[in-house]
Amino acid sequence: MTDPTATATANQKLHFYQKGTFTVGNRLVPDTERSVQASIDRSNALTCGHRACQGCGEALGARYAMDAAMRATGGNLIAVNATGCLEVFTTPYPETSWQMPWLHSLFGNAAAVATGVAAAMQVKGRKEVRTIAQGGDGGTTDIGFGCLSGMFERNDDVLYICYDNEGYMNTGVQRSSATPPTARTATTPAMGPEPGNVFGTGKSVPKIAVAHGIPYVATATVADLHDLERKVMKAMGIHGARYIQIHVPCPLGWGSASHDTIRLARLAVECGMFPVFEAEHGIVTSSRKIRRPVPVAEYLKPQRRFAHLFKDGGDSQRLGHLQAIADRNIVEYKLLEPEEEAG
Amino acid sequence: MKHPFAITLDSGSSLANLTGSWRTDRPVYVDRLPPCNHACPAGENIQAWLYHAESGDYESAWRALTQDNPMPAVMGRVCYQPCETACNRAKVDDAVGINSVERFLGDEAIKRGWRLTPPKAETGKRILVVGAGPSGLSAAYHLRRLGHTVVIYEAGPVAGGMMRFGIPKYRLPRDVLDAEIQHILDLGVELKVNSKVENIRDTMKAGGFDAAFLAVGAHIAKRANIPAGAAAKILDAVQVLRSMEGQEKPLFGRRVVVYGGGNTALDVARTAKRMGATEAIIVYRRTRERMPAHDFEVEEALEEGVMMRWLSTIKRMDEGVLTVEKMVLDDKGFPQPTGEFETLEADSLVLALGQDVDLSLLDGVPGLELKGGVAQVDTNMMTGYAGIFAGGDMVPSERTVTVGIGHGKKAARHIDAWLRGAVYAPPEKHELADFDKLNVWYYADASKTVRPTLDMARRKSTFEEVQKGLDESNALYEARRCLSCGNCFECDNCYGVCPDNAVIKLGPGNRFQFNYDYCKGCWLCEAECPCGAIKMVPETI
Repeated sequence: MTDPTATATANQKLHFYQKGTFTVGNRLVPDTERSVQASIDRSNALTCGHRACQGCGEALGARYAMDAAMRATGGNLIAVNATGCLEVFTTPYPETSWQMPWLHSLFGNAAAVATGVAAAMQVKGRKEVRTIAQGGDGGTTDIGFGCLSGMFERNDDVLYICYDNEGYMNTGVQRSSATPPTARTATTPAMGPEPGNVFGTGKSVPKIAVAHGIPYVATATVADLHDLERKVMKAMGIHGARYIQIHVPCPLGWGSASHDTIRLARLAVECGMFPVFEAEHGIVTSSRKIRRPVPVAEYLKPQRRFAHLFKDGGDSQRLGHLQAIADRNIVEYKLLEPEEEAG
Repeated sequence: MKHPFAITLDSGSSLANLTGSWRTDRPVYVDRLPPCNHACPAGENIQAWLYHAESGDYESAWRALTQDNPMPAVMGRVCYQPCETACNRAKVDDAVGINSVERFLGDEAIKRGWRLTPPKAETGKRILVVGAGPSGLSAAYHLRRLGHTVVIYEAGPVAGGMMRFGIPKYRLPRDVLDAEIQHILDLGVELKVNSKVENIRDTMKAGGFDAAFLAVGAHIAKRANIPAGAAAKILDAVQVLRSMEGQEKPLFGRRVVVYGGGNTALDVARTAKRMGATEAIIVYRRTRERMPAHDFEVEEALEEGVMMRWLSTIKRMDEGVLTVEKMVLDDKGFPQPTGEFETLEADSLVLALGQDVDLSLLDGVPGLELKGGVAQVDTNMMTGYAGIFAGGDMVPSERTVTVGIGHGKKAARHIDAWLRGAVYAPPEKHELADFDKLNVWYYADASKTVRPTLDMARRKSTFEEVQKGLDESNALYEARRCLSCGNCFECDNCYGVCPDNAVIKLGPGNRFQFNYDYCKGCWLCEAECPCGAIKMVPETI
C-alpha cells in the first residue's frame, strides 16, 4: 500500500515547478510523485463506453476517486453503489463500465450494504480487501441518510464517497437537500416571489459527518485532482468510518456547457460556495486556500439554473444573499488566510 | 454458459458501446506558433530550447538553440529581446527571462567546451562572405553546416564587426565574443582579416566562388553641418567606439556632449563617463518617448549619471562652448525651432546621428539596385545580380545584431537552394498561440528572476560587464517559467480530465492520441489544456 504522506510531500515539492504544479502530470518529477491519473497504468476503474452526458463531472470524479483507491489498496477493493446517475449510466444490464468488483442494491441502502460487505470480508479473513460505498447527493443526503448516519455512528470500516451534483439529475433534475438556494430545478421552478430553491433549506452532510466524530471527513472537487487523490489515499490509510464529498458539476442539471465542468468546479471553490476542507475525529484540521478570489456571480452566471438571477438588470438581493453565504464560508473555513508553514 | 437464477444474459463491458457516435466536434492535437518564436528576428525556436533547459539538459538546449543562432552568449547580452516583449507570460506576471537563459546556455557552452556540429558531407561549392559582423558570421556558420566551403573577407583587423567596434565592452566582454567567433571558425570557416573587397565581381572570379553573401555593415558616420570655430573638437560616434578597441583611446576632455538619440549615442555617453568625463550630456531634438534608443539602455545611462537634454538642436560649436536651440514638437510630433538659444559648455562634441553603408565594392555590378544608401534585395536576400546576396545593416532593416544574425541564416538557406537550382520554401507557419488560447490557471505564480548588476561605483569607472548572468539554479527556474504556448508539454491534463477515458497516453516524448471510438466531443480537454495544443473541429457527416 502506498504511504499517503509520501504523496502529500510530493504535492508540496511540486510547487517548485512553475509549469506542472496544478496540472495532472509533470514530466519533470519522478513517476512516483505524479498523480494516479497521470499514470499510464491507472486502473481506469470506470472505463469507456459509459452513457454519462458529455462533460459529466460525476463520471470524472468517480474515476479519479476509484483509481486513487485502487492504487492505495493494490486493487483489493469492492465498491457498493447507491441508485443514481452513476449507477444508471455505468451499468445498463448486462453491460458494465466498472473494472472492479461492484455491487448495487437500492437507492437508500449503499452505506448499510457496504457495512455488510466490510463485515463479510472481516469474517472471511480477507482483511486486505477494503470497501467503498458511493452515491450521488440524492442517495446520500436524502434517501440514504439514515443508513449513512448509522454507518458513521457504528464507525464501520467503510469509506463513503458522495458525488455531489446538487440534485436528482438522473430522474429529470429534481431538488435534493444538497441543491443550493435559488437554483432552478424541475421541482423548484424559477417563478413566483421566491424563484428557484428557497433560502434556509438543505443541509451540509460534511458538517454532519464531522459531528459524528468519525476518523476522517473531507470535501474535494474535480477541479483539484491532486487534492482529491491525496484525500482518497489518506482515507484508505485509515480504518473506521470515513466520508468524502466530491463536488461534481452536472452540465445537464446545471444548464452549463460541457466544457465548463472543471471551470465551474474551480469557480465554486474560488468564490467560497464550496469550501474544501478536511476534518479528523470531529475537528476541522485544514482547508484549501482560495488562489484567485472571484465574486459568486462569476460562478453562477454560466449556469442556466441561475439565469433568473441575472435577468432584467440582475436580482441584487438574492445575489447578495448568496455572496453572504460564500463570505461566511470563507470566514468559517479560513479560506483566505495564508497557509500555515508546516513544522 | 450457465447463468444464475433469473439471469438470462452474459455480462458484458460497456466497451461495446461506441459513444464516439455522439460527437459533433472532434478534438485534434495541434502545434501552434509561440509568440516568442514568432517575434525572434533570428528565427530561434525558443520554446524548443527552453524545453530542454527545463529538464536541466543544457547541452541539448544549446544544441537546439545553435541550430538557428550560433552566438547565444553574445545574443544573451546584446539582443533587445523582442521575444520577451511578445511573451504571453507577461500577461500573467512577468515575461520569461528568455534572454538570461540564452546567455546562461551560451556561457555554459564556452565553459564546458561544447562544439558546434560540423557538416556531414562536403558539397564542394565555394562561397564568399564579405564582412565578419553578426550577419556575415551567421551566414558563414549556416552555409558551412550545409557543407559548403566558406571564406570570409573582413576589412578590419579582427572579426566581430559592430559587435566589437560598436558595442562597448561593458555590454559585451570581448572574451565572450572571441569564444563564439572561434566556435564558428572551428567548423572550418576560413577568415581573412585586413582584406577589404574592392570589387566584388573581381574577388569572386579570382577566388572561384559560386556565390557571395555581402554583409559589410554600416560604418560611415552620418555628419551634420554644424558651423564650428577652429578649436572646436568634433568627433563621430563610430570613430570613438572603434578607437576604444585600439591602443589610442579617444580624448574627450572633461565635458562631453553627444548629439543623437539612438543606442549609439548612449553607448558613447556611457563610454565617456567611464573614460573619466565629469559630465556626459546627450542632446536630442525630440523627447525621451520619441527616442529610438531602447528604454532599459536609457535607464542604465541615467543611473550612471549621463544627463539628457531633450528638445534641443546644436547650432554651432566654438572652443569649449556649444550653441543650442530649443525645439518644440508640432502636432505631428516633429521638432520645430523656437528661435530661443542657449549655450552649453563642452570640451568635445560627439555626433551619433546614424551610419551609412560603404557600397563602393558594388560599383559596376549590373542589375544592382541601390536605394536610400542601402542595397536592395529580394525576399530571398539576393540582389539584382544573380549569385550575390546581401544582408545585415547594408540592406533595408532594423539595424540590430539579432536582425543581422537572422539575415545570415535566411540568406544561407536561399544561397544553398540557389546553388542547387532550387527555391527555398520556408515551412508553413503554424497559427499563432496567442494568450486567449491558454488556460493559465495551471501555471503556478513565479515572478521573473532579476539579473544582478555591477555596483554603481565600478559601473562609472570601469568597463566591467554591467549585467551579470544567472547561475544554474535560477536559470533552471527561469526556463521552467515558460508556458509552452501552443505546444504540448505532456502535462497529462487531457489524459486526466477526459470523463470518457478517451485519451490514450503514448508515453514520454510521444504525447497523446484521441480514441475517437469513445470521445463524446465534450471539449473538456480543449478547455483544460494549459497551453492551447488542442483544437476542436466540426465533424463532417
